[in-house]
Amino acid sequence: MILDFSSQLDYLWALLPEVVLSITAMTILLVDVFRRGPRAEQSGTWVPAAALAGIVIAAMVTVFQLGFEAHTTTSMIAVDGFRVTLTLVILVATALAVLFGMDYLAQRGLGIGEYYFLMLMAATGMTLLTASRDLIVIFVAIELMSISVYVLAGLDRKDARSAEAALKYFLMGAFASAFLLYGIALVYGASGATNLGLVASELASGAATRNPLLYAGVALLVIGFGFKISAVPFHMWTPDTYQGAPTPVTGFMAAGVKAAAFASLLRIVGVGLAPAAVVWHDIVWWLAVLTMIIPNVIALQEDDVKRMLAYSSVAHAGYLLVGLAAGSALGFAASVFYLGIYAIMTLGAFAVVSVVGGDLDAGAGIGRFRGLGWSRPLLGVLLVVCLLSLAGFPPTGGFIGKLYLLRAAVGSGEGLLAVILVLSSLVSYYYYLRVIWKMYFEPAPEEAVALPVPGRGFRLAGALTVLIVLAAGIWPGPAVDAADAAGTGVAPSALVGGEQSPAPSPVSGGIQVN
Amino acid sequence: MVVASIVPLSLQAESAYVPVLPWLILALPLLGALINGGVAFLRPGNTRLPTVVGPAAIIGSFLVVGANFLAMRSVPPETGAVVTLWQWMSVGGLQIGVDLGFDQLSMLMMLVVTGVSSIIHVYSVGYMREDPGYARYFSYLNLFVFFMLVLVTGANFALMFVGWEGVGLCSYLLIGFWYQNSEYASAGKKAFIVNRIGDFGFLIAMFLVFVHFGSLDFAAVVEAAPATLVIGGGVVTAITLALFLGCAGKSAQIPLYVWLPDAMAGPTPVSALIHAATMVTAGVYLVARTSVLFAMSPVTQAVVAATGAATALLAASIATQQYDIKKVLAYSTVSQLGYMFLAVGIGAWTAGVFHLMTHAFFKALLFLGSGAVIHAMHHAFHHTHRDDDPNDMRNHGGLRRMMPITWITMWIGTVAIAGVFPFAGFFSKDEIIWASGAYGYGILWGVALVVALMTAAYMTRLMVLTFHGDNRTGADAAPHLHEVPAVMWVPLVGLGVLSVVGGWIQIPDALPVLPGVHVLHDWLEPVFHPASAVMETRGLHAAHESPVGGGEALWAGLSTVLAVIVILLTFRALVARRVEPADAPAPAGLAGILYNKWYVDELYDRTIIRPMLALWRGCWRIVDVGVIDGTLNGVAGGARLLGWFGSLFQTGRVATYLFFFVTGVLVILGTLLW
Repeated sequence: MILDFSSQLDYLWALLPEVVLSITAMTILLVDVFRRGPRAEQSGTWVPAAALAGIVIAAMVTVFQLGFEAHTTTSMIAVDGFRVTLTLVILVATALAVLFGMDYLAQRGLGIGEYYFLMLMAATGMTLLTASRDLIVIFVAIELMSISVYVLAGLDRKDARSAEAALKYFLMGAFASAFLLYGIALVYGASGATNLGLVASELASGAATRNPLLYAGVALLVIGFGFKISAVPFHMWTPDTYQGAPTPVTGFMAAGVKAAAFASLLRIVGVGLAPAAVVWHDIVWWLAVLTMIIPNVIALQEDDVKRMLAYSSVAHAGYLLVGLAAGSALGFAASVFYLGIYAIMTLGAFAVVSVVGGDLDAGAGIGRFRGLGWSRPLLGVLLVVCLLSLAGFPPTGGFIGKLYLLRAAVGSGEGLLAVILVLSSLVSYYYYLRVIWKMYFEPAPEEAVALPVPGRGFRLAGALTVLIVLAAGIWPGPAVDAADAAGTGVAPSALVGGEQSPAPSPVSGGIQVN
Repeated sequence: MVVASIVPLSLQAESAYVPVLPWLILALPLLGALINGGVAFLRPGNTRLPTVVGPAAIIGSFLVVGANFLAMRSVPPETGAVVTLWQWMSVGGLQIGVDLGFDQLSMLMMLVVTGVSSIIHVYSVGYMREDPGYARYFSYLNLFVFFMLVLVTGANFALMFVGWEGVGLCSYLLIGFWYQNSEYASAGKKAFIVNRIGDFGFLIAMFLVFVHFGSLDFAAVVEAAPATLVIGGGVVTAITLALFLGCAGKSAQIPLYVWLPDAMAGPTPVSALIHAATMVTAGVYLVARTSVLFAMSPVTQAVVAATGAATALLAASIATQQYDIKKVLAYSTVSQLGYMFLAVGIGAWTAGVFHLMTHAFFKALLFLGSGAVIHAMHHAFHHTHRDDDPNDMRNHGGLRRMMPITWITMWIGTVAIAGVFPFAGFFSKDEIIWASGAYGYGILWGVALVVALMTAAYMTRLMVLTFHGDNRTGADAAPHLHEVPAVMWVPLVGLGVLSVVGGWIQIPDALPVLPGVHVLHDWLEPVFHPASAVMETRGLHAAHESPVGGGEALWAGLSTVLAVIVILLTFRALVARRVEPADAPAPAGLAGILYNKWYVDELYDRTIIRPMLALWRGCWRIVDVGVIDGTLNGVAGGARLLGWFGSLFQTGRVATYLFFFVTGVLVILGTLLW
């Protein structure tokens, strides 16, 4: 099918996954309203099942979109490999988050229709972010996602920490949104367009690149996104919010929000701002450096595993920024690959925390992980695989991802970034391995609290997570292929209408997989 | 997916060696690890399945290796065959496959690894029978063999690194096997951390190799090295020094040897397999594998050889004063590894690999023998409800009567490691000592000779304390001392035979009467040919006389005679001597002879041991405690302090966060618009 966006119907086709997701979400909300009796119990099984069904259909529709041929030079929505790949990443992450969260939410009476409605709406915003190529649509998508997640973070009304998490996130988020919107306005002022394709061709013509409006606009845009992906120094809300929010929500935030926001940032920079590389490159470079070093060092003294993982997720934003700073097709592809594997492995790690540290009063202190590897072997395997992957050990996907990023950084002449990446990962070994150490080499505490036994959904999601993380490390060919196609599509070198693109040293050759 | 392509690189493609079921060699141990791991998780009490699966997986792998050996022997390939199981990753110009390399060197290593592992797995059935973690133990041990095989067959740096990390992980898991004991658990941690320092070197070397060669394949690097790099240049020196740092970590050389003695906390068969026969020799293997690069850097060669000799001397001196039977063997292993590095450092690659092989036999034998002793002691103490240390030789004594098979086989191991003709150690050690003299390393040659005699001394001391003299176990426990069951002594006999005949595959021409045998040298010649060629272009040739005159036959004869004399003297000096903690004065009735004996002991003690010990203690205080521990603690403490400082800003107040947010914005805008 050919989409030329001459009629409104073409947009409907282009937005099929979002249509499916939002219809599912609204159906859940409506049906739930008309049911009687104790809602948490009734919603226990059918609502997550319905949500999962919606996600699966959305995923099928997304794959179906691969067959579309879209002329996207000036359209607001892209239907390309990048969109399909990252939408699938987000849908898989959402599905895993639903499966991982079911037990936790049911136990706390949070498994109500609104939760899944908000989750699906947030997912709609996320997938829309991966697709939109117009700054206005991007802003709408970001707000759709963010507002849903603000509420999700505060869903556990009876817990003060959940409310605190939501409030902090909201205050900081509102602040950051203002910067983002201002940035969009300034870029519009400098280029006269909000469509990324038009922005690029306007910037490529040269006149606008000397405009201070553009400088300020690009900087504010990057800052706005820097907040969403929690780049240093816009990251300070992250540990508090991640710790206070219900753990399944935390996992969803760490995986989905970051993936979607970073995907959008990649597209904005790669498609829209490629000719203005002089402006954004140094900002991204410094953000990457700070975001790799600072959270890794702070995490060393963190004794709460949930907070530690929050810092870890900040550090991973830094690794991802290395791919962006590389600015080449290889760098973008590496970022896409790393986004995918990061989303899965961080979800798995938070899922185990939701079981072990599920009781917020007891917290997820590292002492609670003592002897876990023996008392709960399957949970232990899930956490070990995810932590080793986060640390970047072979044979996990995290290792391949880091290698991919390093290769991209070196290929673009960013040797210093590569060195910092290696050294900061080395630092991170300490806090990842410390948890593994406690799990296997220290006896379980005497007054061990009986942990809840995860249900079928959790076990299925856990098995899938381990499988994906190991498969991506042992047989990464298909994933690398997809990431390559996706990343190359939005990288500066593939710029639409950017004939004299001054993108920083794009590396040719890309990735071949046999 | 499996066996995607088999690429014989030999020139005569029509009659080339084609590996037989290469994937099965790796798959069997992995499968065993998975099955045993499943048993450990689901039915921890089940011992029948691990008893069958654990050893069978390794023996099966050994049989496949054996078939491959026969196939390779009939058609010796020039450059080895590479089997690509699948393409692991290809990023940019970097292509890394799961490539298994089958050449003469990896074949020899596979034979040693699977062969010795098979024996030790069988032995473990007896040793670990009553341990509650039986299935877990076999799961780890099988997994170790799998990673060790990945390490030796990996045809590129990346795959080898996977094995390198994997064996490190298994070593860590097995050292901390009895993790409930926090001292044991922290020994595992120490091993892991020290090894990471070495791994850092490996990684740096890997990056440098990729930058300069554009490939990580051993075959490509070996072929391109002489043309790509300059002999004695900075690049090749940097690569090889970084590699050697990795080797020093894995193979316990100065300054990273400190973890190995502590690693004895693991079960004794683990010490035999991982910390004596296989994993710790991986560093030697890595140097042999990249011999071309080392041959091109005279600086690194000197560093490797000197480090090896110094480690050999230091460890041997420590071994003379240990009372824990496993600690003696551990320091002995460090010392023998020093020999191997001396060999590969001076360019005697074959000699290094030769000693690696014979050492695998006799040191595994010695460890398993000590395991038998500990096993028997443990049972005796267990029966009498005493909690004395079964490892402490001061509690042994006179065990030869209770454990005759262990006694005899351990003596075989002792004379083999002491380098007495015609046992295995004689041939391999003599070749190293001779080569170091022949290549003109006079001082190292002298050190190697002295260490050989020290080896004879401390091993004899171990034998005397454990098996001779009076029994010191105590009247209550002594009746409970028995020889170990057949499942444990049969492996001892098997290794004993290997410790006798293992050296006969390489007999120097220079020895009178005996025929010259060069089986090993001829076998490995294709692998080391490129390195030898480099050595020749550097104009290095072996001399025919030692640094102080005399040919090989003279010095070989002299060293074996001296070794025998040292064994006899040490034996005589120690066998009647009362052992600590006996603090009674020497018996008065035997004044004359006893006096002389004491005189020898005192002399030995005053002139050699005490200064050595004092020196070593000084080294330990300054180097170990001061420099190494200090640096490690300092770095870790500093990082944590920094983290604490950083977390100070994490106040939990939104206002603080907004302050940093706005500061960030202002800095960015300020620098951009300036």
